[in-house]
Amino acid sequence: MQKLVIIGAGMASGRTLEHITDASADAFEITLFNAEPRGNYNRIMLSPVLSGERTYDEIVTHDDDWYAARNIRTRFGEKVIWVDRKRKLVMGENGEVSYDKLIIATGSTPFIIPVPGHDLPGVIGYRDLEDTNAMIDAAAQASASAVVIGGGLLGLEAAAGLRMRGMEVTVLHNDGHLMNRQLDEAAGYLLQNDLEKRGITVMTSANTKQIVGDGKVEQVRLEDGTEIPANIVLMTAGIRPSVLVGQEAGLKVGRAIEVDDQMRTSDPDIFAVGECVEFEANLFGLVAPLYDQAKVLANTLLGVEDSFKLRELSTKLKVTGCDLFSAGDFAEGEGREDIVFRDPKRRVYKRLIVENDRLIGAVMYGDTADSNWFFGLIKDGTNIEEMRETLIFGPAYQDGSATTVDPLAAVAALPLEAEICGCNGVCKGDITQAIEAGAHTLDDVRAKTKASASCGTCTGLVEQVLAFSLGDGFQVTAEKPVCKCTDLTHEDVRRLIKARELKTQPAVWQELAWKTPNGCPSCRPAINYYLLADWPLEYQDDLQSRFVNERNHANIQKNGTYSVVPRMWGGMTTADELIAIATAAKRFDATIKVTGGQRIDLLGIKKDDLPLIWKDLNSAGMVSGHAYTKGLRTVKTCVGTDWCRFGTQDSTGLGIKLEKKLWGSWTPHKLKLAVSGCPRNCSEATCKDIGIICVDSGYQISVGGAAGMDLRQTEALVDVATEGEVDEWVTAFVQLYRENGKYLDRVYKWVAKVGLEWVKEELANPQTRIDLIDRFALSQSVYQTDPWADHVSNRANQYEPLADLTMEAVT
Amino acid sequence: MNWTDIGELAAVPIRGSRIVKTQAGCIAIFRTSETEVFATSNTCAHKGGPLNEGIVHDKKITCPLHNWVFSLETGEAQGADEGRIATYPVKVENDRLLLDIDALATATA
Repeated sequence: MQKLVIIGAGMASGRTLEHITDASADAFEITLFNAEPRGNYNRIMLSPVLSGERTYDEIVTHDDDWYAARNIRTRFGEKVIWVDRKRKLVMGENGEVSYDKLIIATGSTPFIIPVPGHDLPGVIGYRDLEDTNAMIDAAAQASASAVVIGGGLLGLEAAAGLRMRGMEVTVLHNDGHLMNRQLDEAAGYLLQNDLEKRGITVMTSANTKQIVGDGKVEQVRLEDGTEIPANIVLMTAGIRPSVLVGQEAGLKVGRAIEVDDQMRTSDPDIFAVGECVEFEANLFGLVAPLYDQAKVLANTLLGVEDSFKLRELSTKLKVTGCDLFSAGDFAEGEGREDIVFRDPKRRVYKRLIVENDRLIGAVMYGDTADSNWFFGLIKDGTNIEEMRETLIFGPAYQDGSATTVDPLAAVAALPLEAEICGCNGVCKGDITQAIEAGAHTLDDVRAKTKASASCGTCTGLVEQVLAFSLGDGFQVTAEKPVCKCTDLTHEDVRRLIKARELKTQPAVWQELAWKTPNGCPSCRPAINYYLLADWPLEYQDDLQSRFVNERNHANIQKNGTYSVVPRMWGGMTTADELIAIATAAKRFDATIKVTGGQRIDLLGIKKDDLPLIWKDLNSAGMVSGHAYTKGLRTVKTCVGTDWCRFGTQDSTGLGIKLEKKLWGSWTPHKLKLAVSGCPRNCSEATCKDIGIICVDSGYQISVGGAAGMDLRQTEALVDVATEGEVDEWVTAFVQLYRENGKYLDRVYKWVAKVGLEWVKEELANPQTRIDLIDRFALSQSVYQTDPWADHVSNRANQYEPLADLTMEAVT
Repeated sequence: MNWTDIGELAAVPIRGSRIVKTQAGCIAIFRTSETEVFATSNTCAHKGGPLNEGIVHDKKITCPLHNWVFSLETGEAQGADEGRIATYPVKVENDRLLLDIDALATATA
């Protein structure tokens, strides 16, 4: 009888053994080594054991009786020291055994990220029953907390399990969204939401710097300085194939032990199976292909012809209540088309990827009932041309019954307590009550509830609540939507971002039923602005959603070069600054232009040179003039009482103070101010977004001027007596504009929409002004930094080409 | 085919772009998602704008100068505009970006 030795009693070798012994009870004399002190159990069910939904006994695949019945000699708890290929011997810790055929099934080990402190007691990889029991023990302590590093499949299952055992759990994930290998952002957003509802803290784009503790784990420190207390740290950042035995035996090893399609290694008598193998440059971590390998290996050993083929894989998450499915390719390759369906109310997201009339990938969240049907279409390569229109609705709709996506979905999904009208604090429930009580027109609702009766920007939403409640009985005034990605207007979107507390772009896309996977050049910059203006602390500014000028912090010119404008506070400069500017201009061969905003423009700077010229200007004490932003540009001044015979106040000083207060802030459109020292108005304050005219008795603040495509004079906002009051009113006004303006509406357009009277009423309340100023200060705590200095130190490489192949020989 | 390593995938931001200088001019490498990349000429067919500075959305790029939109898959201008930019084979292997530089030679010939 041939001697078969197997190293490793995991799921792949276990399935191989089943096939071999089922086919022929006495084909081989079998010896099975396992480093773990037990036989084969269903490793993928460790998560339910961790959560307490199963016990270990329930997940044992092969018990002692099973091995005994098949005459398998088990050497459990014994490590293999090495394999002597010449003499065909396997050396175990307790002695050697000879083989005719050898199977290496050593599996994989968790990848432990080598941060300082990774070797502290309490840092656990998640692989076997010992790890699981260690976690269960840790969870049993009072008020214990865990940090899970790696938000993939395994990490999230573990996090959910630990949470069910009562631990405080924080998941750290280095990518921008969870399970980034299997899910896109929208599905990742929904998943994060569901996990957070269970009390799990999720931190994305989080990089672990250090694990801290005295003799055992105490806390995890992130790159950004955040510190999270932890009794245990679970590493689920990936697996590494265990190849040591194969490597030391001299087998061919790439990223894992290389096998052919019969699972044969570079030695014809040695085979490998499972997570320790590499086949056609692929590694394996999911169970389905391992079972395929096991079948092929068994057949090969039994002399039956068979070969292993790669096949489509699908993923499901074993966390009760998180329905998630991912299959096929949903990213790579060309010539693909997306079909997206979102239902914010049912928290459903589905995305299908079609290529050449065939479904090649699918991502689903919230409703995975049809996942097998879709997976079948992917595997079979079914031609879906005929059912393309209704494909996303699943098999039930393939009889031709038409269906459409509901344009009122976003409003329908709003909870009754969601605030629709911010001015008057009216929530959806108040409006539906009024409608039920007989208010069937916009005017009726306004009269009854005051919703949309003040600034009016929520009119669209109030109408949609009417339409949703009354059905065909109400016709919505067709306001222009943001873009083709949505039916909502800018005002609707802003209101809903506040009411639903949407704090990420994927949240907006999902909850507001966006029709495209990730927006377009019209909506992305707008959404990015709304999110950063409403949630300065929570939202992360997205450079990829900004126009080139704001991404590169310089103005692109028609030939692809840039213009660079350093800030000159209130239009004042010094000889030293001018020398530095002149030197930089010479060094980078710039054209020099004096701007209308009282500063100096350096034109014709190449992109590669931007970080260099910024560095030069920074070292002379100058910062970005933001001459390229939808944000504060300049505060133009005259020389005021410092020099002018007619000056009534220190207009220069006031202008500088205002500019120092406001610079760095993002606004719906560009924002220009001016302060004139007397009514002669040399700084042309009355055609600015905000103009201040100094008079003997104080300061006249006026707003809503324009001197571009439209020409308009400002209108009086308020007259005040002191500089402090100017600061207070101007800051409050800017924040009101930031919070309510439509993206790309200059101040005058916004004021025309909401009405100057409304603005005055709002700002007349001292408490409102204080609140607005507080929120402005909060935003400035994040955004008032010099982007030039930031990019010079953190992003300079983005200004260089990725590669230079001009020296490569092109044949 | 002559696949040449041009850098790591992570160097290109998601929904962003970087350029590669070649004898055939600047090539823009676009990353539209976690693992999906495209390579095209960096020069807009309209007035030569640098496409790598545009906004990447879906599998399209909008030129920063005058908002022409091109498919990154076919290179065709979208909507009412007519024109085309060259596209080149690029792929990701082990988190590295590989560009077929033979295709550049064909394009210039």
